[in-house]
Amino acid sequence: MSTHDHTEEHHTGLRVYAAVCLALFVLTAVTVYVAKFDFGDFNIVVAMVIASIKASIVALYFMHLKFEDKLTWIYALYPLFLLSLLIGFTLMETFTRVPVIK
Amino acid sequence: MANGVMTQTQYIPYLAEKGLKSWILTTDHKRIGILYLITISFFFMIAGLTALGMRYELMTPELDFFRTATEYNIAFTLHGSLMVFFFIVPGIAASFGNFLIPLMIGARDVAFPRINLLSFWIYLVGTAILLSALAQPADTGWTFYTPYSIQTGTKVIMITLGVFVLGFSSILTGMNFIVTIHKLRAPGMTWSRLPLFIWASYATAILQLLATPVVGITLLLLIAERAFDIGFFDPAKGGDPILFQNFFWFYSHPAVYIMVIPAFGIISEIIPVFARKPIFGYKAIAYSSFAIAIISFFVWLHHMFVSGISETAAAIFSFLTMLVAIPTAVKVFNWTATLYKGSIDFHSSMLYALSFIVLFTVGGLTGVYLGALAVDVHLHDTYFIVAHMHYVMIGGTVMGFFGALHFWYQKWFGKVFNELIAKIAWFLIFVGFNVTFFPQFFMGFQGMPRRYATYPEEYISYHALSTYGSWILGLGILIMTVNLLIPLWKKGRPESSNPYGSLSLEWQVPSPPPHENFDEIPTVTDWTYAYGKK
Repeated sequence: MSTHDHTEEHHTGLRVYAAVCLALFVLTAVTVYVAKFDFGDFNIVVAMVIASIKASIVALYFMHLKFEDKLTWIYALYPLFLLSLLIGFTLMETFTRVPVIK
Repeated sequence: MANGVMTQTQYIPYLAEKGLKSWILTTDHKRIGILYLITISFFFMIAGLTALGMRYELMTPELDFFRTATEYNIAFTLHGSLMVFFFIVPGIAASFGNFLIPLMIGARDVAFPRINLLSFWIYLVGTAILLSALAQPADTGWTFYTPYSIQTGTKVIMITLGVFVLGFSSILTGMNFIVTIHKLRAPGMTWSRLPLFIWASYATAILQLLATPVVGITLLLLIAERAFDIGFFDPAKGGDPILFQNFFWFYSHPAVYIMVIPAFGIISEIIPVFARKPIFGYKAIAYSSFAIAIISFFVWLHHMFVSGISETAAAIFSFLTMLVAIPTAVKVFNWTATLYKGSIDFHSSMLYALSFIVLFTVGGLTGVYLGALAVDVHLHDTYFIVAHMHYVMIGGTVMGFFGALHFWYQKWFGKVFNELIAKIAWFLIFVGFNVTFFPQFFMGFQGMPRRYATYPEEYISYHALSTYGSWILGLGILIMTVNLLIPLWKKGRPESSNPYGSLSLEWQVPSPPPHENFDEIPTVTDWTYAYGKK
């Protein structure tokens, strides 16, 4: 895509890449640090939030999603919707089961 | 409908180059389509012969053809796995998709020809792994349900690994087609002028791209559990066997539409040509493919109504399942409306298309039965399911596939088959199919469970009738195959490059088409289905 070359040239210089790289290292350190604390049921939530932020900045900057057109955004976000369907409905099914043997 | 299409008679057809290298290293979408066609046809034949063996076993209530019940289980596992993963999922999408998409949209090839070849080679690697698994085949059925697939002594890992590898082929093909349809349409080939096969292929490609990774991961988890004893699905290790079914059907229900949506596209191409009428409800048919693709992700739990899932989830999914009938019915009504007052030519491909409408409607409506929660509890895992899914898969997809073979045969191979023999073969296939599968609705309703090598005496007449039908069906397919193979060794080309008077772009180039399809990229000036205006 011609616009791709253009945006790559203007928006994702070495500085941006370095900043993203640094952010990833910092967030990794945060992941390790928060692992020392017990948030109970929210352990997974905290870990997933940090991981999601890391995945998002990789997608946005390293994979150039930030500079792509709407169609690419649709193809990037639609699988997340499907993932939420898979997890959401599977959990809904699991949590609404009536135990037969008590 | 277009300017700039090829009219000359002197050109080098894409089949001109000879030698093994010209095939295994080809990046020509038409040749890759042929490679897929040959491979899927091979697996269709193997899986079909396995089915004939199973039907022969079921002629009598006792075990007589297979030595043990496990052998019978292996036979239906092979039949299901080969038919689903190696024939019908890649089937129309990879073979006709490859051949037709660039030609129909006015492109010289797909967007990534080398990735296209890579897809085929990955497919071959998957098939090689599967064939190596045949030495010690699994007996789990094509669904590989846990906990049985974890506990069985037969070899499950190789066959699932084969299917896992195949998934990458499907993903790459889907991605390639999406980019091709977005980026390589000829000038004037707007979305509202696109052939409906392209709309269908696009909807299929979305499913291939986005649903296939889920089954890949699921099978990988299964392999991990068998190989490394990790408790994903085994309750004794903290896993949940129903989790496997949730993951598996999250892909495999959309996969049903990967199998059948391309056939919808084919029917939408054949009917207007042989009814000599513009397709009725173009936009409704186009958008309904997308509606099906989207809704297909909301219905997977209907495969699991009797698996021990929650009643709340079952009730919700029973309701959601009914939604998919709407876009499907939209298509059927539009096809029949296209036929209304048309000048119908009963060409062999049209006979397959008409059979599709009838048989798919039976398959679809019995699907509504099974989607109804209370009815499904009675009919689940009986022959009613077997009949329903074969009415959808053979009555739908395979009829569409056969219709496409007859419709585009001249274009693809530049040869002409015997039309009378084609019609005789169609008749045998249509009759044989119904004699095989219609009695299965009745025996299923009366409680005959699927996947059993032996059965009580009272089902013998249904089973015997079904087996006789399978012989008629097999004979019909054999005659059709011979009729389509013989002309390939004969010399000469068809008299006309557009014998059926189609307005679609692929018919405006010579038969067989040149290497890069078009001398210059055509400019499209009219709708693909503007019959009656010319």
